This record gives sequence, structure tokens and C-alpha cells, in this order.
Amino acid sequence: MKAQRLLLQALRNPETVVGLPSSRMEDLVVVAERSRLTATLGHRLADAGILAALPGRVRSHFEAAMTEARFRNRLIRWEMNRVARALRPLDVTVVALKGAAYLLLDLPLARGRLPADLDILVRREDLSRVERRLTEDGWRSAELSEYDQRYYRQWMHEIPPLRHPQRYVEVDVHHTLLPLTARLQADDDLLWSSVREVSCSRFRVLSPEDLVLHAVVHLFHDSDCANRLRDLVDIDGLLRHFSARDRDFWHRLTERARAHGLERPLTYAFHVGRRLLHTPVPAEWLNPGRVDPLLRRWMVALLCRALPPSAPDDLDLGAAAARWLLYLRSHYLRMPLKLLIPHLLRKALAGKRH
Amino acid sequence: MRLGDLHARDLNRRLERGMVLGVGPFQVRIHARIAALTGFLSRMYRDFPLHPPDGFADIRVRLYRPRSWRRYLQPQVCFERDGKRIFHPFPLSHAPPLFEWGLNWCIATRAHQYLMLHAAVLERGGRALILPATPGSGKSTLCAALMHRGWRLLSDEFGLVREDDRLDPLPRPIPLKNESIGVIRAFAPEAELGPEFPKTRKGTVAHVKPTEASVRRMGESAVPVWIVFPRYQRDARAVLEPVPASYAFLRLAYNAFNYEVLGAEGFRRVGRLVRRCRHFNFSYGHLEDAVEIFDSLAS
Repeated sequence: MKAQRLLLQALRNPETVVGLPSSRMEDLVVVAERSRLTATLGHRLADAGILAALPGRVRSHFEAAMTEARFRNRLIRWEMNRVARALRPLDVTVVALKGAAYLLLDLPLARGRLPADLDILVRREDLSRVERRLTEDGWRSAELSEYDQRYYRQWMHEIPPLRHPQRYVEVDVHHTLLPLTARLQADDDLLWSSVREVSCSRFRVLSPEDLVLHAVVHLFHDSDCANRLRDLVDIDGLLRHFSARDRDFWHRLTERARAHGLERPLTYAFHVGRRLLHTPVPAEWLNPGRVDPLLRRWMVALLCRALPPSAPDDLDLGAAAARWLLYLRSHYLRMPLKLLIPHLLRKALAGKRH
Repeated sequence: MRLGDLHARDLNRRLERGMVLGVGPFQVRIHARIAALTGFLSRMYRDFPLHPPDGFADIRVRLYRPRSWRRYLQPQVCFERDGKRIFHPFPLSHAPPLFEWGLNWCIATRAHQYLMLHAAVLERGGRALILPATPGSGKSTLCAALMHRGWRLLSDEFGLVREDDRLDPLPRPIPLKNESIGVIRAFAPEAELGPEFPKTRKGTVAHVKPTEASVRRMGESAVPVWIVFPRYQRDARAVLEPVPASYAFLRLAYNAFNYEVLGAEGFRRVGRLVRRCRHFNFSYGHLEDAVEIFDSLAS
């Protein structure tokens, strides 16, 4: 069995890890590490009561990764604390996105994640005030060429990342969820109308449906999907969490996707999640988007090839081809061709120079 | 089986397929086909145990020559962990320092089951001496000297503090820099030094092989007893001066690789360590004086 299948199996059903021969256990640990899912898997093993029964070396490996994940989450909480303090004089709504939101909501999937940056969302009209306040308080944006600055400011959905020189965490300030040039756009007014408060925090979060849709567009519309299994694990975790608490969740999620015009990526997320992680999407909700079945099957097949990590010395041409196609697609979706072609050329030439 | 029991040909074959070397508490799977590294390993790691290749390795590294046009002009070597390249390539002849440095990095970024002090650790009679590293402390030189005067080397780089506060050994070749190489050659003529690597980022580097006893006993943990902050000053008189626990705490914590990563547990572990040890500042100008002072400490 290929190592990536071992990982998928272990994520779905941690019991399968028990009794793996040492060499297979090592394969599992390597692919988990390559997809940055070691700590997530460690928590699942611990919850299933298996971790303590694993050989000492294997257990240490998972526990060390869980310790590191707790550290990363602590850094994100601290950065939120600092940002909240810096923005205290401003009367603006600040929404915590992705990992930061999962932490604020105390979702089970936050455990074991390895967030590297803090993503926040502000209204576009508040953007320059927020940016100015943060830079006054010591955050600096990375040195970027004029071209990169323009790339961010004209085309993207965030400003260049900011970082406080005394800390490790990058703060990404977004003003909308997808690049300005992208072919799909979530409805910003709709998004803001559902933003909700979190007790004891200056930050707000998106509604559960929008949390899911944000994770979905982030993966299926705004990335090349290569080795992004961990993003699918997030989506799977969100769907399981919210659908278990709200019987109407699938219905509301589908409605919401329609209102935003994001049915297509949601369809891919449902199918790929069900195939790879056995995400419990009820059959009647599987096709929110009425995507052409042939196209859907083709896309789902590509995504299932590209998402899981390959083992280091595994020459998987199928996965490589799938990743290349999805790479092209991601750029095609990101910006119109007349912007895209010069951009890719520029990236290619700059790459050669380094 | 020990690495030194292998013929050069077998060693090469094993390294090509992935050889599992026992280094302290870790099992390290090494893939490489680089003559300079094979030679280095067969000398410096001669006494280290080999494990069956189908076991579970804690760390997996590979060194390889990148395929680029540059290999014809200036051959290079890259370091990979779990199939991901880390660091910029080194000149091919520097494969051994790259291996040593890379392995340190693998341990420092992952082994959070330990509180990892950045320190040299030596042992005598089951009691451990911790020498935290600060620039200019002369830690490696001092450590190599003590290893040749009756102290067992636990580690030159990592104080691995376990959950039960004992220290696990991680003996490895000790990298000496620049003038220290000549100092140790003169001080301990019996010391076995590896090849000199000129023009690394830290100047010329040569490694001292850990003594056979240090490697043979690398399964035996030790109790931390002394924390000594060394400072080398040319020709200075050796002075050992007690320091308050608060001072020792801050310096140890500040100097650990993963104090922050461990969070509250890091705070507790450093706290217990400082409470159970005696702590000193130590300035010295001659290795002989240092050896004498540490002898009297241990007697």
C-alpha cells in the first residue's frame, strides 16, 4: 500500500495504526510530516486511546509534534492579543479568519494545526487606517519589489504581510476573501452581514457556513491543491463539527453557497472529502452546484491525485501531472489571461535569476 | 554491530540504501553516496551502533549532489530531511560539516519530548556538569579537554533534559574552530581529530571523535548537579563564582533551543533543574586550571 493511503486510512480510522510494522510506521510518519499533519494525527490517536499503546519512539514523535502545535497556537493567540491592543483606538470591525477563528471558537480541529500566520479581515474602507495603526505600533511589511507591492495592492485580496520584528507570526490583513481579479467573488455584503461576535474577544468570526465556504474557496479555488491535504482535513473537521450540532446545516450551507455563487468549489469539496476522508455528506446534499457530471468526475479524480502528499522517493507521474494541471487552473482562476501571462513570465525569469 | 565493524564497501552499500545509526536516544536513517561523508562517518562514528534498516528511525536524512550545470564547475551537496531540502547547498567537500549541522537542526526542531539546552554536558560518577553555550565561552574546547581528562561526554551541543529531569547522552563529534584545533592537539595529543574543513561559515572546523567509553555508555543517563557558565579570557586566572538561582534560570532558559515551545512545562523543567543544581560563573584562561577546578568540584 502506498504511504499516502496509509495516512488517509489513519486519519479516517486511527485504529489502523495499531500493529503496523516499524518500516510502515516510518512511512506513515514521513507522509504525515510532509503534509504537516503529524500533530493532527497525534490528537486523533490520543482521542482513540491508541497513542499510549504505540512503541515509545513513535509516541515521542507524535507527542513532540503536538507540543509544537500547541506552541504555534499560543503564538497566534498572543499575536491576536497584540493586534487587538494596537487596534483598540480604532472603531473598526476585525474578523479573525481560518486558524485564528478556529482557535477563538475552540473548535476541535484547531488542536494539532500548525498555523504560521494570523489572517484577519477588515472592510476595504478601513484597510488603510488598520495598516497605518499596525505599522505605528511596530509591525513592518516585508521588503518587496515595486512589482510585488503592485501585485498585492491591485490584484490581491490582502495587503503585503506584516510582521512585528520581535515576533515570528505574520499578520495577513485581508479586505475580501478572494483575489480582486479572480473569476469567482464571494458576496462581500453578504459576508459582512453574517459576521458574529465571540465572547470576550475583540475579534469577530464568520458564520459557520461562511467559515466552511472560506476554507473551501481557499483550497479549491485559490490554490494549486498540491500537497494540501491538511486544508481538506480542516474542511472535513468543520463539516463534521457543524453538521453534528445543527440538523439544518447542510441545507443552510448549500443555500449560502448559492447566494455567494460558490456552489462549484463546494461540490468539489464534498466529493473529494467523501472520497479521501469519508466526510459524512448526506447523499441528497452532495451536488449543490449541478456541475456537469463528466467535468465533476474529472476534477474530483485530479484533486484526489494532487491533494495527498507523495512519499519522498515515490515517482508518481500521475500525481505530478494532476498537480501541473491544477497549477495552471489555479492561475487561470486567479486572474484574467492578459494579466496572468506576463505575471507567470516575470515569475519564471525572476526565478532563474536567484 | 558497530559501524567500525563494516568494510568500506559494505558501508557504502548500506549508506546507499539507508543506514540506521544509533546516536544517543535517536535512530538516524542516513542516505548518502558521497565519499567524503563515508570517510568521515567511518572514522568519527566508528564506535556507534548500527540498527537493522527495517526498524523505525526517528530522523531521516539524505545528502546528495544536486543535478545542475554547476556540478561541473563547483560540485555541491544538499541536505534533505523527510524528502525536503533544507539549507542552501554546501561545497561538496564540506559534506561532513553539513551532515553534522543538519543533524543538529533536525534534533533541535523536532525533539520536543526533551527540554533542549544549548550546552555541553559531561558526567563523572553519575553526576552531570552542564556548560551552557554562549559566544566566546570556549564551550567546545573546554568540553573536548574535559572529555580527555576523565569526564564522560554526554554532548557538546545538547543538554537533553527528560521529563524526569535526568539528562540523556547524545555524544557526537565535537566541532573545534580555528585556534581551538591547535589548542586541543597540544593539550590532548591522544585526541583523535578528523580532517580540517577550511572556509566554513565559522572558519576552519575540525571534529574531535568522542571517546570510546562515551559512546559505549550512551544509554546511561545522568543526574544534573552543576551548571557552570564558562567564559574564556586570554591568560585569565581561573575563578569559579557562585551565582544566584534566578540568574542561572534566566540564562539557561534564554539559551535553550525549545524553552518557548514547551511553554509552562519548559518553565517548570528549568525551575526544577536550577533548584537541584549548584550554579557558577567560571572565567578561565588555561585549560589545565579548568580541569583542576572541575576535578575538585567532582571530588
